[in-house]
Amino acid sequence: MADHAAVADGEIDLSRRKFLTRAVIATGAVGAVFAAVPFIESWSPSERARAQGAPTQLDLSKLEPGQMAMPVWRRQPIYVVRRTADMLSRIAGHDSELKDPNSESSNQPPYAKNPVRSRTPEFLVVIGICTHLGCLPKQRFEKGELYPSWPGGFFCPCHGSRFDLAGRVFDGSPASINLNIPPYSYPNPTTLLIGADEKGVT
Amino acid sequence: MALTSATGSAVSLPAHPAPKKGLWGWINKRLPVTEFISEQLTGYYAPKNFNIWYFFGSLALLVLVLQLVTGIFLTMFYKPGELTSFDSVQFIMREVDYGWLIRYLHSTGASAFFIVVYLHMFRAFLYGSYKPPRELLWLFGMAVYLALMAEAFMGYVLPWGNMSFWGAQVIVNLFGTIPGIGPGLVEWIRGDYGIADATLNRFFALHVAALPLALLLLVVLHLVALRRSGSNNPDGIEIKEHPGPDGKPLDGIPFHPYYTVKDIVGVGVFFVLFAIVVFFVPTFGGLFLESPNFEPANPLSTPEHIAPVWYFTPFYAILRAVPDQRLGALLMLLAVAAFLFVPWLDRSPVKSMRYRGWMSRTALTLFALSFVALGYLGLQPAEGLYVLLARIFATIYFLFFALMPLYSSIDKVKPVPERVTYHAH
Repeated sequence: MADHAAVADGEIDLSRRKFLTRAVIATGAVGAVFAAVPFIESWSPSERARAQGAPTQLDLSKLEPGQMAMPVWRRQPIYVVRRTADMLSRIAGHDSELKDPNSESSNQPPYAKNPVRSRTPEFLVVIGICTHLGCLPKQRFEKGELYPSWPGGFFCPCHGSRFDLAGRVFDGSPASINLNIPPYSYPNPTTLLIGADEKGVT
Repeated sequence: MALTSATGSAVSLPAHPAPKKGLWGWINKRLPVTEFISEQLTGYYAPKNFNIWYFFGSLALLVLVLQLVTGIFLTMFYKPGELTSFDSVQFIMREVDYGWLIRYLHSTGASAFFIVVYLHMFRAFLYGSYKPPRELLWLFGMAVYLALMAEAFMGYVLPWGNMSFWGAQVIVNLFGTIPGIGPGLVEWIRGDYGIADATLNRFFALHVAALPLALLLLVVLHLVALRRSGSNNPDGIEIKEHPGPDGKPLDGIPFHPYYTVKDIVGVGVFFVLFAIVVFFVPTFGGLFLESPNFEPANPLSTPEHIAPVWYFTPFYAILRAVPDQRLGALLMLLAVAAFLFVPWLDRSPVKSMRYRGWMSRTALTLFALSFVALGYLGLQPAEGLYVLLARIFATIYFLFFALMPLYSSIDKVKPVPERVTYHAH
């Protein structure tokens, strides 16, 4: 106790008291942070929610060319479009009007990072939630349906975002990235499995 | 807590000393009831020149009580849950005796709350009530406003109509624009991969327990801070600087009975207007209760046009006016946060608009106009002319704050009188 030799009997060593006070406060603060963890963690998706988020299957043989199916995966509508040759031809030719034509800053598995944004050109699989603020874009597949040069695609009624038939966002839309693409695979040629691919279940 | 005047002399206590005898005396010996009343009401001196703008503080308190009481009763019949919420609200509306009345009082109360709070805030701008020494009073008021916005938003989700669902979807997704942590944060707030039962139940807990408690605490702090500095007034003069021989402010009158009686008149007028809405136009043409909310929540069908309830539309219009979503969310946040800085942005030597020059007056008029215009535009679809107008008014909105240090300091001010202007009736 050489440091405190200067303190006479009966006097209070204030520096020591201050140090102890601060040490107690710091220890208490660390404890409070740890005590907060279970409460914060309780807000994460529960085991049940995670189980219900398991992969979803879709029978592709029932989907006619040009048609769209809307299975639900993880509470999100998935747009599965069986694109015709005509629809595929309308994906090209307007890259200059797109925000992210090569899907550089958009979210998709590597096998969907191509001009048609899918594993096989015929089937488009996108999460049907506008990347702006989460509304459901409506299908406007016909050429010129929105305005004369409209190549067909999706239109979000909430804030007016527009996407082409590969889910790529047009300039002038409030959404800044293309429609998200979930992980998916084909266990057999007529079955689509959403939420699982070679890397396993998401 | 003894009141002291600016000259340091103690303010004499009012003429009702604490009773010493009987049951009342017994209670007062153990609980300072009489002291509390004399300190907070009969001994609290408020400026004598209050005008119509000074009704809205007490009305906000009244609506808070109304919301607490009607809310507690709604909780007795409402069942939070994906499968039960919508039906239990219909049950309240159709099968609970007077359930429709209790719910309409609560839903109209939410809008009334924002009406009186916005008028209360405008009053502060009009008379510089946020200026020293009332900065903390203003900040606590803003905290009340923020808590109220969270409370109103979560309350709107509870009926689990389609607009509840999609409103929650849009607002919760705003957190997703935060770089890095955004997507994880959104999943954490929802407790699921979409707006779901988990989201609804946690919003219910926050709406009926956590946020009301926070609101009450903040209102108490707001009132305690008000008692410390005393009320401002339409002249923006500190009445404490002119105490009479008895130490009480010459231009002050006891809050009770003078202002309690005045406020009761305000309460009467308020209740007449409130009852007209509750009984004749409870949905207020889709402004207080939106028509898509009469359909149950449907995650697979977005309403044609999503608009929040009117009290959020000025900020919503700003969000939609920006083509970039991250910047839009940031500007929306800034539009709310800007209010916090007003006490330090305003450099004017005088408080009240009565003694300010044309620049401050024009700025405040343009700001109020743009706030109302943005409120209207936030209800309209985001296209064409509406977006252009929203951009113009959003610019005015932000310029009001950004240029405030400049125009408030160079603006010509009129001489402020020594004493408040007051005409006896």
